[in-house]
Amino acid sequence: MSERRFQAEPGPVIRLAGAAMRYGDRTLWESLDLEVGAGEFLAVIGPNGAGKSTLLRVLLGLERLSAGSAEVLGRAPRRGNASVGYVPQQRAFDRELPLRGRDLVRLGLDGHRWGLPFPRADARELVQHALDEVGATAFADAPIGLLSGGEQQRLGIAQALLRDPDVLLCDEPLLNLDLGHQKEVARLIARRQAEAGTAVVFVTHEVNPVLPMVDRILVLVGGRWALGPPEEVLTTETMTALYRSPVDVLRVRGRIVVVGAPEGAGNVGHNEHSDFTEPLPSYDT
Amino acid sequence: MTIASFTSLLGEEFVQNALVAGAIAAIVAGIVGPFVVVRNMAFAVHGIAELGFTGAAGALLIGLDPILGVMVGSLGVAGLIGALGVRSRERDSVIGVILAFGLGLGVLFITLYDRYATGAFALLFGTITGVSRDQLLLLGGCGLAVVVALALIYRPLLFASVDPDVAEARGVPVRALSIGFLAIMAFAEAEAIQVVGVLLILSLMIAPAAAAGHLTASPGATVLLSVALALLASIGGILLSLVTPYPASVFTTGISFAAYVLARLFGSRLRSGSGRLPRDPVPAVATTTLGPHA
Repeated sequence: MSERRFQAEPGPVIRLAGAAMRYGDRTLWESLDLEVGAGEFLAVIGPNGAGKSTLLRVLLGLERLSAGSAEVLGRAPRRGNASVGYVPQQRAFDRELPLRGRDLVRLGLDGHRWGLPFPRADARELVQHALDEVGATAFADAPIGLLSGGEQQRLGIAQALLRDPDVLLCDEPLLNLDLGHQKEVARLIARRQAEAGTAVVFVTHEVNPVLPMVDRILVLVGGRWALGPPEEVLTTETMTALYRSPVDVLRVRGRIVVVGAPEGAGNVGHNEHSDFTEPLPSYDT
Repeated sequence: MTIASFTSLLGEEFVQNALVAGAIAAIVAGIVGPFVVVRNMAFAVHGIAELGFTGAAGALLIGLDPILGVMVGSLGVAGLIGALGVRSRERDSVIGVILAFGLGLGVLFITLYDRYATGAFALLFGTITGVSRDQLLLLGGCGLAVVVALALIYRPLLFASVDPDVAEARGVPVRALSIGFLAIMAFAEAEAIQVVGVLLILSLMIAPAAAAGHLTASPGATVLLSVALALLASIGGILLSLVTPYPASVFTTGISFAAYVLARLFGSRLRSGSGRLPRDPVPAVATTTLGPHA
């Protein structure tokens, strides 16, 4: 899957124009203009409930915009698009679940088709190749519920890359992983982006593990948003304007830490205490 | 009992019919079972089976065929569960609520029905030795329909059952499959209840599949093992009932229970033995670079 070299696409891979998402009188985001080009890595950050995952659901064709337009690979988003890969956060597989890593990856190939999964040599090869790519062959035949979070996420990436997508949508794939696995999973995604020119939209709570590979950052806060390269967006001025309260952005040993964001409003930097205790943010639009 | 009298019993038509009926019920339950277990629907199996009994009691009261009552009871309850709670967390409460009320209704129907409700009680415990050729044909036809329907939706159902978020993103109709599976399950139960009884269908649909899940991690092998264990319990139960004074359901429930206990006790080594390699092939480098700041 990585043989195909980067090639410039004629237009943007993802395009949102004047896009808005509202539930009743609650606005998640509005007037959002966004273009993501081939081979670009876009990180999406913001507090819980800011509409980060909803943005991905729009691109997956699972939700419709309240206003504006969305395009993926030059067409309206549609469900089950084979050119769009999806990596969710680590699933909670039961220990007794009768499923091996190899089976999970195979579902990424033809799990959406009707009928029985008859053994096929070409399918077996594709699955094996995807497992090798992410270094998951060693544990591919073990029950998936017994694997570590990092091992499960590698299988999830293999599953998403199996059909050679042009766009990879990732929804908090690093959540609940330890730092070593966070870096490993981020590295696998970055390698795919670099080798195949796959555009990556990466929703995350925690920007530091992916900071080295991020081209641009989209910050969603309480209906407002900011978009640009990390060094421009992650500044005291921009973040203060976005959060509408005094915020300091510090750069410490190559990491970015946001200090003073309203309680639960954002966790751009690594903050052990807010990871599990974030209350819902307030909406003041 | 001598060997000769045992073999002559095997030549009897009612015994042969019982064995075929038991095998059909076991195959259908064994195939449906792994999905019941993976989707955490054991309680729904109970609700549907036991309210089939309420349906039968209600049918007796108003002078209809109890078998019609089972169908209406099982499929009606499945419809209610599907409409009120497809998500597993609310589903169990919905089933609990309907189950208690439905069993209360069943008691009322039996009380109002002033004759002895043999028909309804036969549905609870099964009348496997009284299966006719016609019933066998019906059972076989319904069983085949269930197996074919399940084979058609096997891949997306497995995807939606084990990995619902990604399945949805990939365009799998997750909610429609939930309702479809519920209907298949209710149909499979309703037709098997008529022959083997509520009690047997419960022990054939849950225990063998749960045991299989402890013995292998391959989805396909789980289905095959589940069918094999259900057949062992069903056929074994009927054969043992021929040589003892006890009914088949006693042995069938006993065998499936024993299979589950044994699989739980000794299965984990067998199951994880294939392909389990040393943990964490990720190099330790990543954490060490962060040092005390991590």
